[in-house]
Amino acid sequence: MGQIVHGFICPGIPHPLLCPEANEGWQRLNEGFEALGRQIRESGATRLLIYSTMWPSVIGHQIQARPEPEWVHVDELFHDLGSIPYRFRMDAAFAHALKERADARGLHARTVDYDGFPIDTGSVVALKLLNPDNDLPSCVLSSNVYADRAETIVFGKATRDAIAASGEKWAVGVVMTLSNRLFTDFIDPADDHVHSPKDEEWNDKLLEFFADGRLEDIAQLSRDIHRQIRVHKVVNFKPMWWLSACMGQHNRYTGEVHAYEALYGTGAAVVGLAPREGGVGDKEFDEDAVETFAGDRNVLSGSSTAPQTAQEPPARSADRIDADLDEVPAPVGAYPHARRVGDLLYLSGVGPRQPRTDAIPGGPIRDEDGQALDYDIEAQTRAVIENVKRILEASGSSLDKVLDVTAFLVDMDRDFAGYNRVYAEYFTPIGATRTTVAIRALPTPIAVELKVIARA
Amino acid sequence: MSGIVAGALAPHPPHLVYADNPPQNEPRAECGWEMLRWGYERLRRDLPEHDVLVVLSPHWQTYIGWHFLGVERLASKSVDPVFPNLFRYTYDLQVDVDLARAICAEGAQAGLVTKMMENPDFRVDYGTIVSCHLVNPKWDIPIVGISSCRSTAFYSIEVMQEQAIALGEATRRAIDASGKRAVLLASNSLSHRHFVTESPVPEDMTQEHITHHGQYLWDMRVIEMMRQGRTREVVDIMPEFANQAISETDAGALTWMLAAMGFPETPAELYAYGTVIGTGNAVMGWTP
Repeated sequence: MGQIVHGFICPGIPHPLLCPEANEGWQRLNEGFEALGRQIRESGATRLLIYSTMWPSVIGHQIQARPEPEWVHVDELFHDLGSIPYRFRMDAAFAHALKERADARGLHARTVDYDGFPIDTGSVVALKLLNPDNDLPSCVLSSNVYADRAETIVFGKATRDAIAASGEKWAVGVVMTLSNRLFTDFIDPADDHVHSPKDEEWNDKLLEFFADGRLEDIAQLSRDIHRQIRVHKVVNFKPMWWLSACMGQHNRYTGEVHAYEALYGTGAAVVGLAPREGGVGDKEFDEDAVETFAGDRNVLSGSSTAPQTAQEPPARSADRIDADLDEVPAPVGAYPHARRVGDLLYLSGVGPRQPRTDAIPGGPIRDEDGQALDYDIEAQTRAVIENVKRILEASGSSLDKVLDVTAFLVDMDRDFAGYNRVYAEYFTPIGATRTTVAIRALPTPIAVELKVIARA
Repeated sequence: MSGIVAGALAPHPPHLVYADNPPQNEPRAECGWEMLRWGYERLRRDLPEHDVLVVLSPHWQTYIGWHFLGVERLASKSVDPVFPNLFRYTYDLQVDVDLARAICAEGAQAGLVTKMMENPDFRVDYGTIVSCHLVNPKWDIPIVGISSCRSTAFYSIEVMQEQAIALGEATRRAIDASGKRAVLLASNSLSHRHFVTESPVPEDMTQEHITHHGQYLWDMRVIEMMRQGRTREVVDIMPEFANQAISETDAGALTWMLAAMGFPETPAELYAYGTVIGTGNAVMGWTP
């Protein structure tokens, strides 16, 4: 199974590549790229993936799929610094796989495989400095101008899906600066500095977060970052949404700032993020994490909306459904497994207990004396969903007809990530609405329970 | 007669070149956006004799200063980074470097940051290519290519307009001093909210419409003002137009051209209005 073994950010302005000798800071950035490149290889990475904020797209998310793009690139602003000939090695198969994964999550994506396609300066700089010998096949992704937080996060998750399916070890990163205000006149390189003390303070704050490995926290700060230190060239500062979603939406990293310098007024940092075990740190989770995108993607075709039916469905009684206790766990109170009302099924809360034995896959959360036990939230979640599936099938429905899920967790901090992972395996293609809440306890020593509404 | 002999609002959706099927462009189309393309045909017929096309393009984005193409011959392939499926165009164009240098110098004299682009490997942006192709498909007249200094991003739309006006006036002085006959091209759409998906057949005209009614209202308001010769008012309301209709005029091209022509009070000729992937586009012309 493929995995992400390293994360990073780096700037895309060309001076560290084209004229590092002109300024000591630009030279240190160049050396920072070198250090990051070494760290990427030490991580065992076999592939390199770049999301470039300097490649804006309008029609969905674009993915570079030309196996060996070749050109002589000139930056549209700093053209006097010289030309950059390049020939890169891209993982075209991955690009096509990612497009499919993005489509599956409701996004609009397309690959680009054209002679002469203008790879942006930022991607060119990053690939030339991090992968000068082309030993790591790479891929480059655009930054959609109109994408909001939900869409960007879903694109990150689609990327994660494609990486998991690739069988390769990936270093994934973003081409961006921290504060992005350039000077508005050409400067003597010796005079370079971050544009304002405010930008400098924010950059310092972000570097502290990066050094602590708090990637998801930075993602949650994206809107503030956009307001405070970003010139509004696009809608929202979005690369951290993508990177964190791609890397699992947590703070369990060891960060290393290889370089931080002024780069024509902007704050340019080269940072590596190595995954590590441990707690979730200060993760806030103040906003929901979207799994599939259902946003404004059909402005072209009003006809894509399903026609309203004028015919009312036949009225049906509110049927009580008690499933076979050989197939599903027995209720722990005076309630049925489900009731049918019209075309809808309402299920009682379902836990992971097994039919007849009441065994709890993954183990109970406490012993008979109330002492806490270690348990496997993923195994519990899987058992819950399998129970839901059996009850639905016993009611003449199926899991793919689930419309709405309410999830109860007894330990949100400990269990959310594992629960969320297993949930995504089953529900990503289904796209049910979901609410997840933390509660103090459940009636049996279990960690998770689901309440489900489905089409009959 | 020398000096500025005409100006045109010359939008640059690559779809128009795609639908034209010129030999320089790789993709082939069945049809599409005829109203706009036929409007360009009429504009071409009406343009007086001229020696140079001076074009300001929003897709050569320079965040430090206004830049000018400064290499006499530029030949390469232009691939639209947003619509590469539609526009992969092999160009070979001549630049009037003398006039470019003159405008660059006049702009600097007026206090603007200006710079000549002298790297022979430089690839000309697709906005410049599209507008110039549609105005002069034979490419038998040299151009002056000017970038869009994105002061909007660093300061405000108002500052951007002030700089564009100063550049327009500098452009006029340089052209007048050159003794050449110049046509100015403001290469931009009006309202500029794209669709975010593309029809499987890009030229399927059943899918083409304005993105939003409010954008259409703004487009008609601005077009009507230009048809009545109220160009100063157009520039006055440009910040609101840019904000509310996400107008591509925020790049300064239209303001630059109107300023260069002394804010003409003669009615503009409307050759065509049409939408392209949801954006509003007008082909319009002015003669002094």
